[in-house]
Amino acid sequence: MGWRDDQGRDGVDIGAPSPEEIINKIRQYFKGGSSGIIAVIVILLLLWLGFSTVYTIGVDEVGVVQRFGKYVRTTTPGLHVKLPRGFEKLTKVKVKSVYTAEFGFRTLSPGIKTQYAPTRRYKDEYLMLTGDLNSAVVPWIVQFKIDDPYKYLFKVRDVGKTLHDLSEAAMRQVVGDRSITEVINKRKEISDRARVLLQEALNDAETGISLVAVELKRTNVPEEVQPSFNEVNQATQEKEQLIYQAREAYNKAVPRAKGEAEKTIKEAEGYALDRVNRAKGDANRFIAIYNEYKVAKDVTRRRMYLEAMNDVIPKLGNKYIVDPEQKGFLPFLNLDKKGEDNE
Amino acid sequence: MNKLITLVIIVIIALVVIGNALFTVDETDQVVITQFGRPVGDAITSAGLHFKMPFIQKASSFKKTLLEWDGDPGQIPTLDKTYIWVDTFARWKIVAPLKFFETVNNETFALKKLDDIIDPATRNFITSHHLIEVVRNTNRDMDISEAGIADETLKKAVVKKIKTGRAKIAKGIMKQASPKLAQFGIELEDMRFKRINYIKDVRKAVYGRMIAERKQIAEKFRSEGKGESMKIAGDMEKELKRIKSGAYKTAQEIKGKSDAEATRIYASAYNKDPEFYSFVKTMEIYKDSLDKDTWLMLSTNSDFFKYLKKYKRR
Repeated sequence: MGWRDDQGRDGVDIGAPSPEEIINKIRQYFKGGSSGIIAVIVILLLLWLGFSTVYTIGVDEVGVVQRFGKYVRTTTPGLHVKLPRGFEKLTKVKVKSVYTAEFGFRTLSPGIKTQYAPTRRYKDEYLMLTGDLNSAVVPWIVQFKIDDPYKYLFKVRDVGKTLHDLSEAAMRQVVGDRSITEVINKRKEISDRARVLLQEALNDAETGISLVAVELKRTNVPEEVQPSFNEVNQATQEKEQLIYQAREAYNKAVPRAKGEAEKTIKEAEGYALDRVNRAKGDANRFIAIYNEYKVAKDVTRRRMYLEAMNDVIPKLGNKYIVDPEQKGFLPFLNLDKKGEDNE
Repeated sequence: MNKLITLVIIVIIALVVIGNALFTVDETDQVVITQFGRPVGDAITSAGLHFKMPFIQKASSFKKTLLEWDGDPGQIPTLDKTYIWVDTFARWKIVAPLKFFETVNNETFALKKLDDIIDPATRNFITSHHLIEVVRNTNRDMDISEAGIADETLKKAVVKKIKTGRAKIAKGIMKQASPKLAQFGIELEDMRFKRINYIKDVRKAVYGRMIAERKQIAEKFRSEGKGESMKIAGDMEKELKRIKSGAYKTAQEIKGKSDAEATRIYASAYNKDPEFYSFVKTMEIYKDSLDKDTWLMLSTNSDFFKYLKKYKRR
C-alpha cells in the first residue's frame, strides 16, 4: 500500500531477532571441538532463551503478545519478559507514528522541493464525478494513527487496503453531492465531511485506526478542460475591468458636473443679490429725492431740468434753435449730413 | 545401550504424536476439524492451544477477521444510457466455518462466489437507475450558480431530486446478495462503490460539454461586463442631465424670484409719484443717451430757450 510513517518504516515489525543463524555459524566454527562443545551449546541455549524472552518496547510503540496464537496482553514501553519463541509471540505496533496515505498522486521523495510521481498514472484515483455530472480532479491525503493495536492486528486482515478502499468511497460520496464549483472552491468543507464519513466507516470495520487529518490537495477540472476554465477566469477579469472603467468615467464626470451646477446656482444667487440690491438702491434713491421734491415741487423740478440741460447741451454736436415764428427756414437744412458739411 | 535406544525411540514417537495432536489457533483464525475429510464437531473459534486426534483428524484454519473483496463489474449503462465504469468493493467474514468448509472450501472459491453474486447484482442496480442516482447520495442543495449549463436535459437531471442515492443502491445490492452468500457461511459486512467514472468515449463528450459550458459562462461574464458598463454609462448620462438641468432650474428660479422682488421694490417706490419718476428717469436718459453726434433742434418756445426770446413770464 502507499502508506508510510514519518520515518519511512513499515507499520509492523516482528520483535525478537532470529538467533538460529548465529547458532549455526558458531557451531560450524567450533566443529571438531570435543570437551567444550556441551558448554558452548548450553551457553548458546541460554543466549537464545535470553534473546527470545527479554525484549524492549520503544517509547513510540506497544508490544502485543500472543500465547499459542491467543492474544494475552499488550505491553507498554520498557523492558519486558515473555515465554520463549514457540510459546509466546510478540508483535510491536507503532502507536505514536502518524502515517500518511496518498490518493491521486504519490510522493517520490519528500524534501524542500518534493518530487511527485507522474500524476496521469493515478487518473483512476483522482478522477471523480461531481453532483452536477462533471469530472473533477481530486487528489487528497489521509493521515492516521493506529489507535487500537488489538483491532488493528486481529480484526481486519488487510487494514491498508481497507483504509484505501473506504477512503476512496467516502471521498467520492462527498464529491458526488457537490457541484464542480464547490469541489474547486470549498475544499475544507469537503475534507471535513470526508473525514467524518471515513472515520465512521473505519470504526464500523473495526480497523483500530483513528484519523489525524484528511486534506484535499489542489482540486481542479481535468487537464483537457482547464483552458476553458481559465477562459472563464479571464472573462471574469474582463468583466471587472469593464465595470471598473465605466465607474472611473462616472466618477470623473459626475463630481465635475456637480461642481458646475453649484457654480451656476451660485451665479444665479449672485445675480439675484445684485438685482435686488440695485432695485433697493434705485428705489431708496428715488424715495429720498421724492421726499425732498414733495416739499418744493416746482423749484426742484426746474432745478433738475436745468441741471440736466446743463449737462446735456454742452455735449451735443449741433444745436439748432428755431423760432417757430420764422417761416421758410427748415427746408434748407439737410438733416442727413453732419453740421460741418452744411457750412 | 539397547534400552537407551528404545527409550529414545519411544520419546521421539511420543513427541511426534503429541506434536500432531496439539495445534495452535491464531487470534485471527478459526479452525474446522475433519476426520477423513468429514468435519467433526463445532468449529474452534477461540484462539490458543487445542487438541485433536493425532493423524486421524486434520485441522483446517480459516480467517476470522474481516476479509476484502474487490468487485469488477466493468462498463455498465445506466438507465439514461450513459456508460460508466463502476468499481466496487466489499468486506466479508466467514461466519459459519463448517458451512464454508463444506460448500466453498477455500478463500479463492469464496471470492469467485462473491464475484458471481455481487457483480451481477451491481449491474442490475446500475442499469435500473439513472446516473444521477448513482452519483449523488443526498438531495443536498448544490451551488450551481456559476454553471450556465448548456444542455437543458442535463440541467433537468441535475436539478431533479434523487429518490435513491448511492448509499441506498449499495444497500440494495447488499440486500440482494446477502441471502445468496449466507448458504456459503459468508456474511457480507459492507459493500460500497469505490469509483464511478465515465468510460473513455463518454468522458470525451462530457469534456466537450464542460468546455462548451465554460465558454458560455465566459461569454456570459463578458456580456455582463459590457451590460454593466453600459448601465453605468447610462446612469452617468442621466446623472449629468439631472445635475445640469437641476442647476438650470434652480438658477432660473432664483433669478425669477429676484426679478420679481426687484419689480416689486421699483413699483412700490415709483408708485409714490409715477409722473415724477418719468421726469427723473427721462432726465437721466437725456444725460446718458445724448452726445456730440446728436443734433438738437429746439424751438424757442421750449422751456429751456424760452428766455432767449423774452425773460418775462408769458
